[in-house]
Amino acid sequence: MNILSLLKIAGKALLRNKMRAFLTMLGIIIGISSVIAMVSLGQSSSQSINNQISSMGTNLIMVMRGNMRRGGVSMGNTNMQTLTVKDVDAIRTQAGNVSVVSPVVSASGQLVNGSKNWVGSIQGGNSDLLSIRMYKLASGINFTEDDVRNSAKVCVVGKTVVNNLFETGENPIGKMIRFNKIPMKIIGVLESRGQNQWGQDQDDIVVMPYTTVMKRILAITYIHQIVASARSESVADAATDEIEAILQTTHKLKVGQDNDFEVRTQAEMLEMMTSVTGFLTVLLAAIASISLIVGGIGIMNIMYVTVTERIKEIGLRMSIGAKNRDILLQFLCESVILSLIGGIIGILFGLMISYFASMGLSWPFVISLPSVGLSFLVCVATGIFFGWYPAKKAASLDPIAALRHE
Amino acid sequence: MNEIIKIEKLERIFRVGSDEVHALRGVSFTIFSGEFVSIMGTSGSGKSTLLNIMGCLDRPTSGEYYIDQTAVSLRTKDELSTLRNRKIGFVFQSYNLLPRTSALENVELPLLYNNTISNRERRERAIRALEQVGLQDRMTHQPNQLSGGQQQRVAIARALVNEPVILLADEATGNLDTRTSYEIMNLFQHLNREGITIAFVTHESDIADFTGRTILLRDGRVVKDTAVETKSAKAALEALPGSENQ
Ligand SMILES: Nc1ncnc2c1ncn2[C@@H]1O[C@H](COP(=O)(O)OP(=O)(O)O)[C@@H](O)[C@H]1O
Ligand SMILES: [Mg+2]
Repeated sequence: MNILSLLKIAGKALLRNKMRAFLTMLGIIIGISSVIAMVSLGQSSSQSINNQISSMGTNLIMVMRGNMRRGGVSMGNTNMQTLTVKDVDAIRTQAGNVSVVSPVVSASGQLVNGSKNWVGSIQGGNSDLLSIRMYKLASGINFTEDDVRNSAKVCVVGKTVVNNLFETGENPIGKMIRFNKIPMKIIGVLESRGQNQWGQDQDDIVVMPYTTVMKRILAITYIHQIVASARSESVADAATDEIEAILQTTHKLKVGQDNDFEVRTQAEMLEMMTSVTGFLTVLLAAIASISLIVGGIGIMNIMYVTVTERIKEIGLRMSIGAKNRDILLQFLCESVILSLIGGIIGILFGLMISYFASMGLSWPFVISLPSVGLSFLVCVATGIFFGWYPAKKAASLDPIAALRHE
Repeated sequence: MNEIIKIEKLERIFRVGSDEVHALRGVSFTIFSGEFVSIMGTSGSGKSTLLNIMGCLDRPTSGEYYIDQTAVSLRTKDELSTLRNRKIGFVFQSYNLLPRTSALENVELPLLYNNTISNRERRERAIRALEQVGLQDRMTHQPNQLSGGQQQRVAIARALVNEPVILLADEATGNLDTRTSYEIMNLFQHLNREGITIAFVTHESDIADFTGRTILLRDGRVVKDTAVETKSAKAALEALPGSENQ
């Protein structure tokens, strides 16, 4: 018996009971689509993090207040006032592996232009902050070190701020806006960067001299954060050590005393994130695989029922010349068709889920061909594996007994 | 005349636990081409056992069996399947049609297990077989849309489609009323006149009367093997009360 008539026989047998065939497939559909969606989403998120690495630069070093490592518990670091401009100056003059460094102070509040207003956040830094954060100017100019010395009321704004405070087509350069009643002049507009992997809008930003933010807006003497760039990616770790040593000195920490700050490289943080998402991907895929096994058992179950129900048919087929192999292959074909069609629907469905989820999370949509190919093979294997015993049972029936069966 | 079936000292012993059931105890006979033979006997006399061996579904415990002049013993399971597919047509008491499958597709079924037959030839032969049993206008009907007699006709067409050397029927009229039984016997007589060899198992003597030779079994032995005068099924049908109105 050739493969074509075999497929025809198996297909016809399945079509005789469409609803059951569909319900059996459902198990496989759910199993495969969840595996595909999980793997694909995991890869999307890794991809998104990788994109973030390249857009932010692996040279980026951040110094945060407080110590998050102490006992694994965050020590309310936002209240600590341990970082100052002096620390920044010390890093600039003493850390040989650091190319540029900037303090960061942030504030949020209402931005107003005439009748339009927008609740946004302000980042104060020196003139290097934009380059450290890898922002580029779309138009206008950056503020200068003179502006920093004078606490000048100038700012560079992102696209989202412009869109919310100005009419379309209106040129914001040179316009005055107010932040918490303090008037300031827009001197530059940043190139759009979209959302980061946490879904934050990176264009919702106002950058101005840190002195202006500290004196005129927040009236504080400490700074929130320090950001620095290592001279190259290869010296990022060395630069981190240098910064740690310098700050231990400026903070007059004794040997053995815990740091009251924390130095992190961007690469380190992203590595951590990637390993977390990688682990989650594996975990979710493993959970999803369980549903695939359940789907497979569903096929086996139905195939057993099918064989029992069709004992007479099997006897008849044998009496008209079907060999044991023909019967075995017919039932195997049925289970493989079920799992394969279920698998194809599952793959499409899973890709659809991950497509819409990636869209919603603004992650890149990644189709992993190996995982699609693998799922395909897994489907065929599931069909054969779980279809084998029922098919074997059918093929080993005695034709006379099968014909007599009621 | 060709020997279609030749049976010599056939024995069949079933083992049930430690007991032995002698279903056939040395049966011998020959069926020639063109014969219409009935195999008679009470229930449990070994008719089905004999027919199953003749149909290559079962093997004898001892004895020789030749079909179409080829020896059947020593054949492998697969070879027996091929023999059934090429040389034998079975008709069962309970029709055994595939549900939710058209008459035409049911009749095509045996040819699906024969690689040498093209799709087109398969279809053509199935149509011809259905025409032979007078169901040319029921080809697309499914079993549940057909009467018992019509279903048995489809089953007969299915048995004819591979052009077998012999038709083997086991109580083929057992599920049918008298009139329909006679109609089926009329069909068998008609097919026999066209040259088809038939072995027909029944326990009803009025059905056996429609055949040309009766082999009577008792306790697994042939107790009588005689040529009988064939009664016309057509005449018997017309003699049934109420026939004029039908
Ligand atoms: N598979 C079997 N196992 C044991 N005994 C069987 C089997 N098949 C038939 N027999 C026995 O063989 C005898 C003949 O059975 P069978 O050929 O079916 O008779 P018939 O068809 O004439 O009614 C009976 O006694 C029956 O019980
Ligand atoms: Mg019987």
